[in-house]
Amino acid sequence: MDVSKEMMLEMYRRMVRIREFELAAIDLFKRGMVKGAVHPYIGQEASGVGVCMALRQDDLIAGTHRSHGHNIAKGADTRRMMAEILGKETGYCKGRGGSMHIAAFETGSLGALAVVGSGIPIAVGAALAFKMRGEDRVAVPFTGDAGCNTGNWHEGLNMASCWDLPVVFVLENNHYGVSTNIAYSCKVKDLSVRAQAYGIPGVNVDGFDVLAVYEAAVAAVERARRGEGPTLLVTESYRFEGHYAGEPEVYRDRAEVQEWRKKDPIPRFRNYLVGNGIATEAEVAAIDAEVKQEMVEAVKFAQESPQPDPATCMDYIYA
Amino acid sequence: MATVEKDATSLGVTKPTMSPDLIVQVAPGTPAKEMSYQEAIREALREEMLRDPSVFLLGEDIGKHGGAFGVTRTLFDQFGPERVRNTPISENTIAGAAAGAALVGMRPVAEIMFVDFSGLAIDQIANQAAKLRFMTGGQCKVPMVVRMPQGGGAGKSTAAQHSQSLEVWYAHIPGLKVVLPSTPYDAKGLLKAAIRDDNPVVFLEHKFLYAFRGLVPDGDYVLPLSQCDIKREGTDVTVVASGYMVWHAMLAARMLESEGVSVEVVDVRTISPLDEDTIGRSARKTGRAVVVAEAVRSYGPTGEWAMVIMEQAFDYLKAPIVRVAGRFSPVPFADSIEKGIWPDTDDVVNAIRKVMEY
Repeated sequence: MDVSKEMMLEMYRRMVRIREFELAAIDLFKRGMVKGAVHPYIGQEASGVGVCMALRQDDLIAGTHRSHGHNIAKGADTRRMMAEILGKETGYCKGRGGSMHIAAFETGSLGALAVVGSGIPIAVGAALAFKMRGEDRVAVPFTGDAGCNTGNWHEGLNMASCWDLPVVFVLENNHYGVSTNIAYSCKVKDLSVRAQAYGIPGVNVDGFDVLAVYEAAVAAVERARRGEGPTLLVTESYRFEGHYAGEPEVYRDRAEVQEWRKKDPIPRFRNYLVGNGIATEAEVAAIDAEVKQEMVEAVKFAQESPQPDPATCMDYIYA
Repeated sequence: MATVEKDATSLGVTKPTMSPDLIVQVAPGTPAKEMSYQEAIREALREEMLRDPSVFLLGEDIGKHGGAFGVTRTLFDQFGPERVRNTPISENTIAGAAAGAALVGMRPVAEIMFVDFSGLAIDQIANQAAKLRFMTGGQCKVPMVVRMPQGGGAGKSTAAQHSQSLEVWYAHIPGLKVVLPSTPYDAKGLLKAAIRDDNPVVFLEHKFLYAFRGLVPDGDYVLPLSQCDIKREGTDVTVVASGYMVWHAMLAARMLESEGVSVEVVDVRTISPLDEDTIGRSARKTGRAVVVAEAVRSYGPTGEWAMVIMEQAFDYLKAPIVRVAGRFSPVPFADSIEKGIWPDTDDVVNAIRKVMEY
């Protein structure tokens, strides 16, 4: 597939931005500055970026509890995201959502829904609206591997396939639902075969390879735009960090994690860009430096922002 | 609480029938048609679909079949399969798809065949639709309606999984509005308001009321959500009730007229957010209160209403509040035992006498 240099550098930038954002969030968490939990997307950057770069701004994603990466991939501002994690009024959700519910509607979002699989029905409904109105927009619910065992999954894939709705179901196989390995909770090894049950294409792609994800996503999105119906896109990757920052990870060996870390999508793509002469070392190094600086500013912005006024605690419950 | 043995003669008064003239909501001379509660709901759907192309219906068997209770009958022929959309049996995704469509500017009206089945949809209704606006800091709105038939009684119920009254499941969730109309007039005006509202609204329809008839004004009208309606003014005792129980309250009020007891009936036609002021004002005026709901007694709506009266009218009360509610039992099938769990007119009469005689 022909992908411009500019596009590839933007993919790289967004992947690095996700990594640096997560590292900064974990750091804040370990310093006791983040309430609740942070669920890092580290290791899965190529999945979210590959998919979202195949979307238009008016296509909508539905996120999960682990959606910092999806937001950044779709173009969200890291300052307002960081502020949200710290519960600040300047956050995307004005401090009402926090890490698990960061959603930037201005970039094309249906929200970040933190009950596993619950974004699927919502994306199906948005896609139904697109189809009824004759719009060529696409809805993309992200789900972790564990989500494919929920009723949401079955109902949603079935309904979307019955009605040929413009949905790309992205199942990000990071191999763990909290502590439970997908090999334990699912009989089939290749999760994309589940698409056969709904009569739709199921595609399995290397989730560490941003270009492979992008190419598969473009095909699925084009199929959806043509009105031919949904696709199941399984991105195979791994969750490098614990379920949440600071989690003890008693259920897996360090050696297992170290082995998977060798597949890290960011150095891989960086080497691809430089090794193939697509970009110079200086160009990618400049992106690394810019993003690092961006995160310093995002953290500063978040820390300096005020919490919501206590008098506003009852706001936004009803429209 | 209901008792198993009941008959009108035991009350010592002649029991009038539960006829439409118990509740008169349309002034004489107003152009109006008599129609059933079911027809009134259908007319609200029809008029809103004609008025606004973003309104559409989705649910199980709502197409040609017209839904389990025939509410959407004829709408499929008029609006077609896109806007009167049959779905697979997938309650959670019916509700979730409604939320998703609402997020992008549609005004979906989902039908869940029986409120009892909504346990399968409660994540989408209570965790997603109800909270999306709040947890995104107001970035979105979710203008959707979930219609669900509920309730039983009068030998019409269909056992434990098709007859419950579950309004408090939803009334307990901030972000939802919950409506339970008692008359055709209210059903039409409240459903129109629910469809036009920018929040998720749980619209509960009492199954036994579907056949109840009443006058409905011609043309467009909407009723305010979140307001109680005084169905009958009185001076001696306030009866707070909703749904089918409003009819029992009205009948009880008429029966007690001959004894010189003046009963005010407050219809909690929107269960949530609760219009506490109207309940409080009425209780302060009469100084006595009976609270009546079909839902089971424990943690039910009656406890909530009684507490509102405590908070707003304690100093005015001449007697302790009495509650009349369904017994804490699954709904049984056989008529003989079913009768034992539902509150009815006699229970309301007895409760009113109790507070009057205190």
